[in-house]
This record gives sequence, structure tokens and C-alpha cells, in this order.
Amino acid sequence: MLTSDLTSEDTHSAAVAHKGAEAHGQQHPVKLYLVVWGWLFVLSTCSYLIDYFDVQGYLRWFLILVFMILKAGLIVAVFMHMAWERLALVTAILTPPLALLTFVAVMAVESDYTHDDRVTYFGADHTDVATTPAGHAHNAE
Amino acid sequence: MTVETASSKNPAQHRPDGLRGVFADWGSDQRSFKSASWGKAMMWIFLVSDTFIFSCFLISYMTVRMSTTVPWPHPSEVFALTIGGKTIPLILIAIMTFILITSSGTMAMAVNFAYSRNRRNAALLMLATAFFGATFVGMQAFEWTKLIREGVRPWGNPFGAAQFGSSFFMITGFHGFHVSMGVIFLLLIARNVWRGDYEVEKRGFFTGRKGRYEIVEIMGLYWHFVDLVWVFIFALFYLW
Repeated sequence: MLTSDLTSEDTHSAAVAHKGAEAHGQQHPVKLYLVVWGWLFVLSTCSYLIDYFDVQGYLRWFLILVFMILKAGLIVAVFMHMAWERLALVTAILTPPLALLTFVAVMAVESDYTHDDRVTYFGADHTDVATTPAGHAHNAE
Repeated sequence: MTVETASSKNPAQHRPDGLRGVFADWGSDQRSFKSASWGKAMMWIFLVSDTFIFSCFLISYMTVRMSTTVPWPHPSEVFALTIGGKTIPLILIAIMTFILITSSGTMAMAVNFAYSRNRRNAALLMLATAFFGATFVGMQAFEWTKLIREGVRPWGNPFGAAQFGSSFFMITGFHGFHVSMGVIFLLLIARNVWRGDYEVEKRGFFTGRKGRYEIVEIMGLYWHFVDLVWVFIFALFYLW
């Protein structure tokens, strides 16, 4: 389509598109996208099945996180083209969010402390339901 | 002094790879992101900042859920739908997840077609992406309506811990807003692609710079990010 309008630079970028380090023009085989798309469907189905079959305990947490990380990795690496960017950009974008792990750790400790305080001073029910996955299910019956 | 621009031909050529490349690219007096134009780099930086915003919401959610002594409502039951007399857990959310993944796939292919100057396919795939996005927001509106009718409020709900409502409305609301904005911009850029604005390098309304097909890829980055955030919301809020 419109090939007659292509300038020399356009043909240039089309020619080097698969090398990956081009300034712009991230173009990759459609087949790759379809494969990743398929995997995202499979992984999402797996995530859903965790809930459907009511897997509980540490296995549930583990599986949820594994499928989440795999899906996120596929989206960032292939759909967002991180796999083909230079490491300078990859590190600048992906390392700052790692600081969030510290934030998560700090807040986890803090909320444990708050929870214990509430139990101690407000005489709340001591069942630790809030920290087990879907603990409500065991309690509801 | 010459300014190195992203449109310089193949700026990443003859440069070291890997960790050596990181130091070489960040060395003084040059453009650091050799493989990304200013537009793409700025979108990435915006997405990093957005990552922190969504993380604040999700970490707040973790904090209130861990610290409450009242049982947390069971998402599997709260978001179950009864279809044909059978109650299926979390089914609406599962369908929304598949719709959003589908839209990510059509977006990725739209980028491909835009770069190969197949304007018709690129525009149609972007319209399909916008359609799936709008469907997603529609289902979210349905979900909100259902929960509000059942008495879920930001300050309390009949199922358990009061913080469930505030976390739910804040997190899904902010995500739904992102999807809605994405749909609007998808439609705008699809129109530009369709009528050939980028063939004649027509300037956009935000910038005096020449319009290029790269805008489709930048739009795609935003759209995939919205999908990415949903992956985390689905795992941490709905499944946990």
C-alpha cells in the first residue's frame, strides 16, 4: 500500500526494522505477537482456574504471583518491545519500580503492627482471617 | 554544536551492547536513549510515574487488608454471577481480563501494520482495540452498578471489612479512567492514520513536530500498560 510514497529513509527503516536497535520503528513478525497473545490467554485461564477450583493456602499465593509475573513479563518484553530496546532504557525504566518492594515490605511490617494493636487494645476478634487468602470463606459457614 | 536527534539514521549502530552499553549511553554530552525517540522515552517515563501511582493504591490496599480485624469480603463470591441458574465465581472479571488481553493483541498488530504503512488495517485494528476497551469499561460500569445496588460503599459494605469498598472503587475507578482515556486517544489516532495524516507528516495538536507513524507505537505502549496494570489488579485484588 502506498509504496510509491516511500522515501529513501522509509525503505531504510523497513530494512533494518528487524535489527531492533533502530531509533524508531519497532516492527516484529506478527506470528510472534500471536504466540504471545495465545500464552497470555493460557496464563489468564490458569489464573482464573486457581479461583475456580478454589486452591487455598501458600499454593494459591504462589500460583497467583507466578502467573502474574509471567503475564507482566510477556507484555513488557514483547508487546512493549522492551526485549529489543537498549539496556540503558531498560534499566532506567525497570529498576526504579524495584524500590517498591521496599515500600511493600515496610508497609507489611507496619500493618502487622497495626493489626496487633487493634487486637490488643480494641479487644477485636483474634482470628487472623485478614491475612490468610480468602479466609472469609472458612469463617462464613 | 549539533543536536543529536532520534531521527538520525541508526544511532545505535557501532555502539557497545549490554552493561558497557549502559555506561557508554549515559556518558556525558549525549542523548542517553539511543533506541528510543523523545516521544517514546517520555511515554516510558510517564508510565513509570503511573506505575508508582498504581503501586500506592495497591500497597494501601495491602495495608488496610492486612491490618483490619474484620474478615475481608471473599472476592470470588462478591464478583460471582449467576448465569442460567448456575453461580460461577469471578466470571465477570475473567471475561473482562480476556477482553483486555484481546485488545492488547489487536493493538500490537495495529503497530505492525502502521509501520508497514497499511493504513486501513492499522486503523481498523485500532478501532477494534478501542471497541474492546469500551466494552471493558462498560462491563466495569455494570460491575459498579451491581455492587452499589448490593450496598457496597467506600465507607462500608454488607460482606465484611469496610475498607473493601474504598479499595475497590479507588483501584478499579482509576484503572477504568485510564482505559477510558486510552479509548479516546485510540479513536483520535485511528482517525489520523485512516485519513493519512502521517503520510504527509501533519503536525498534531499538542506539538509542532511532524506527525509520524511512531505515534501508533507510543499509543500502544500506553495501552499495553493499562493491560499490565490490570494483570496486577486481577492477581492482587480479585484473586488474592
